[in-house]
Amino acid sequence: MFRGEEMCLVQLFFQTESAHTCINELGLLGLVQFRDLNPGAAAFQRRFVKEVRKCEEMERILRFLEAEITRSNIPVSAAVDSMGVSCPRELLELECKIKKLEEELKEINGNHDVLKRNFIELLEIRSLLKVSTDFFEEAESQLSCSELPSEDSVSIAASSRTLGRRNSSISTNGPQKLAFIAGVIKQDRFPAFEKVLWRLFHENFILRHAEIQDAEQQTEDRRMKKDAFVIFVQGDQVQGKIKKICNGFRANLYPCPNNLHAREEMRMNVHTRIEDLRMVLRRTEEFKVTVLTKAAATIHQWVTKVKKMKAIYYTLNLCNIDITQKLIVAEIWCPVSDLNSVQNALIKGSEQSGYTVSPVLNRIQTQQIPPTFNRTNEFTKGFQTIVDAYGVSNYREINPAPYTIITFPFLFAVMFGDCGHGLILTLLAIWVIKQQEQLSRWKSEFVDVLVGGRFIILLMGLFSIYTGLIYNDCFSKSFSICRSSWRVRHMFQPSGPWSNKTLHAFGHLHLDPEIPGVYSGSPYMFGIDPVWNIASNKLSFLNSYKMKMSVILGVSHMLFGMALSLVNYMHFRNFQNVLLRFVPELVFMLSLFGYLLFLIFFKWTVRLRSETAPSILLIFINMMLFSYQTDDKFLYSGQKALQMFLVLQALLMVPVMLLIKPLLIYRHRVQLQQQAATGNKMGNQIDEVSMGDIFAYQAIHTIEHCLGCISNTASYLRLWALSLAHAELSEVLWRMLLRGTLGCHPGLGSLLLALVFSCFALLTFAVLIVMEGLSAFLHALRLHWIEFQNKFYQGAGFKFTPLSFTSL
Amino acid sequence: MAEHNFAIPMAVITLFWLFVGGVVPLFVPKGPNRGVIVTMLVLTAVSCYLFWLIAILAQLNPLFGPALSNDTIWYLQYHWP
Repeated sequence: MFRGEEMCLVQLFFQTESAHTCINELGLLGLVQFRDLNPGAAAFQRRFVKEVRKCEEMERILRFLEAEITRSNIPVSAAVDSMGVSCPRELLELECKIKKLEEELKEINGNHDVLKRNFIELLEIRSLLKVSTDFFEEAESQLSCSELPSEDSVSIAASSRTLGRRNSSISTNGPQKLAFIAGVIKQDRFPAFEKVLWRLFHENFILRHAEIQDAEQQTEDRRMKKDAFVIFVQGDQVQGKIKKICNGFRANLYPCPNNLHAREEMRMNVHTRIEDLRMVLRRTEEFKVTVLTKAAATIHQWVTKVKKMKAIYYTLNLCNIDITQKLIVAEIWCPVSDLNSVQNALIKGSEQSGYTVSPVLNRIQTQQIPPTFNRTNEFTKGFQTIVDAYGVSNYREINPAPYTIITFPFLFAVMFGDCGHGLILTLLAIWVIKQQEQLSRWKSEFVDVLVGGRFIILLMGLFSIYTGLIYNDCFSKSFSICRSSWRVRHMFQPSGPWSNKTLHAFGHLHLDPEIPGVYSGSPYMFGIDPVWNIASNKLSFLNSYKMKMSVILGVSHMLFGMALSLVNYMHFRNFQNVLLRFVPELVFMLSLFGYLLFLIFFKWTVRLRSETAPSILLIFINMMLFSYQTDDKFLYSGQKALQMFLVLQALLMVPVMLLIKPLLIYRHRVQLQQQAATGNKMGNQIDEVSMGDIFAYQAIHTIEHCLGCISNTASYLRLWALSLAHAELSEVLWRMLLRGTLGCHPGLGSLLLALVFSCFALLTFAVLIVMEGLSAFLHALRLHWIEFQNKFYQGAGFKFTPLSFTSL
Repeated sequence: MAEHNFAIPMAVITLFWLFVGGVVPLFVPKGPNRGVIVTMLVLTAVSCYLFWLIAILAQLNPLFGPALSNDTIWYLQYHWP
């Protein structure tokens, strides 16, 4: 895993008949990548394009079937992994079966819809009958007092009442021929309907409506509220107009008999028809359910089969068929260490198809660049993914992933640095690891990312607990595992300057480490002293500590990257690069930033008086500018001479990097030209790259390295910045939320505390863990991708993508 | 006695991380993952040791002390020995 695996290009010859089984075996193995032997052919020009299309059509039908099955709430049986592959004949059978199923289902659905519509109409008629009965009864009861003989004039009294206020002559002229129209309309259309009728006929009609209360009707018809209405009018023309209006409003009109007896008959009729239809509908649904259940038992198997066939045909499209139509030629990339397993798989495949002629493997030499293959397991897969996201490594280049397994969570933890939050992160990761099976069934992209990164999160959490213990920060509080090294008592008289009066006079007082006893002489054993948590100048100390820590970690990380580049050069036997690139780069870095590290450690280990202690930053700046004053304080004797030597040495490395390599290439080319001129066939080396380009490239590389040293070192200061932000946020949450509430009056305060704590927990999770976690993740990733990897990584390869049925 | 005892934690922790990074890798069973596990152990030991070392060296010779509020000083005077 430290380097990509060695790959070889192999030619395969196998018979056309055994092609399916052989490719199936190779797909199950998951270790070969087929090269495209027909790169010029477009998709529709390939040999097996028809078969691929057939497979796609089958996939469409299967998707439709699956949708139908889920719509009817039938449970689908889980997928059973079948190792075998179906031959083309089986595929045709499957295709017929699936097509027949689709036809059947379409027919069933169509019939069902028609029956449903009829059913709804019948229900409407039934409700209409009921409602109109009420109307007619109401009219008849009024009629009974006016004793009009004609039954058609049932509504005259009703009409006379509504028209009575106006000077209408109708009511006084004896019984008229009144006809009526009955129907059902949607309730929200009714007011508009009534208005239109009114505008047209100006009260020459009577409209009665009532809401249909039939519960069954409503559930059947998707809860649309409907009104039944009856319109009483006179004249035939008017009837025609009203019928047209009803059509416009999509009201359903039904013939409604006007005498009670006929209505009763009709009602019986409708009732029987409803019962019949109900039974038919039920039967149809049962039939559909039976058909779908039978399909549901095997649908997963079918889906996998079709997918496999499609993959196999797609792969066959990449191969060549020779002239006799009996042999298939394929070219594959495969790891050298797996050649045996590939051969075994092919033999098994050809045995399965019944042909004893085993396929032939022929390893060929090639100048092409093979794909990069890094063998990963469940644990290392996540880290390899984040390295590959920047760029896949070149063939046989050093793979940064094994180092990233530890350095990435470590740098994350330096920025995240809190025991309590780290513990929560670890518990979350353990939960995701335990629930991995169930979570991977959720099929959500966010959950997939979470499950893929579960080991990364686990390591991040564990390292965060460690760095939290060293920073002595747990939900912004400090532990006091051993005794603090700072004593207050010695600041008071007789050993120190303070007295009780000083305490009353000043709000804040500094402890002085010069006074004996105040600082115990040995630092706190594990991490940052807990006294700093209660000090008001905590940040002065922590900032200086964390900035120096970031620089130390950054320079170490970069030196590690440079060491990896040395390993790369050695592997590729590129000794010229070792001398001309690695050594000058290393010297440059060490003489400047290695010296900075030395200064930091030196100043820490030497006892200084605070008034005379020089600032490291100023020393460094003055060193670069060669500006030394006479009253400068030096940390050690000989400092000036050493510093000047180091800077000069670093500056000397610049022309070494810039000029020597291009000059060597130039001399080499001149030699070649001389040899070619004297007739020596050293090969017609055409100058691919001009000398100007080489110089420019080298200059860019030199500038990039030198300026990059400074900028990358400064970039590592984000370790300080993010850990400061995290610590401050967590302290703000504590101070603003919990500290005040904990000091509240007991009783009501306990209720307030419960509320405020839930707020605190929510904010801790959302802001401090999720937001800060993502931010630290991103910055740690950037530090790896840019500052670490640009010391040695090329990352211009392409990934090995084998044909693998497990990923289907 | 406990005051000037810087050597004990230094020795203990150095030895511990030396053990984790130097001795435990010798006992990792041979298998396809041996290289990765050894790398992980060594890198963990180096980075954690370095981190602890930086923390303790930074506090070895302090140039200034903490600034405490007078309430805190009054409390610490009586409660911290």
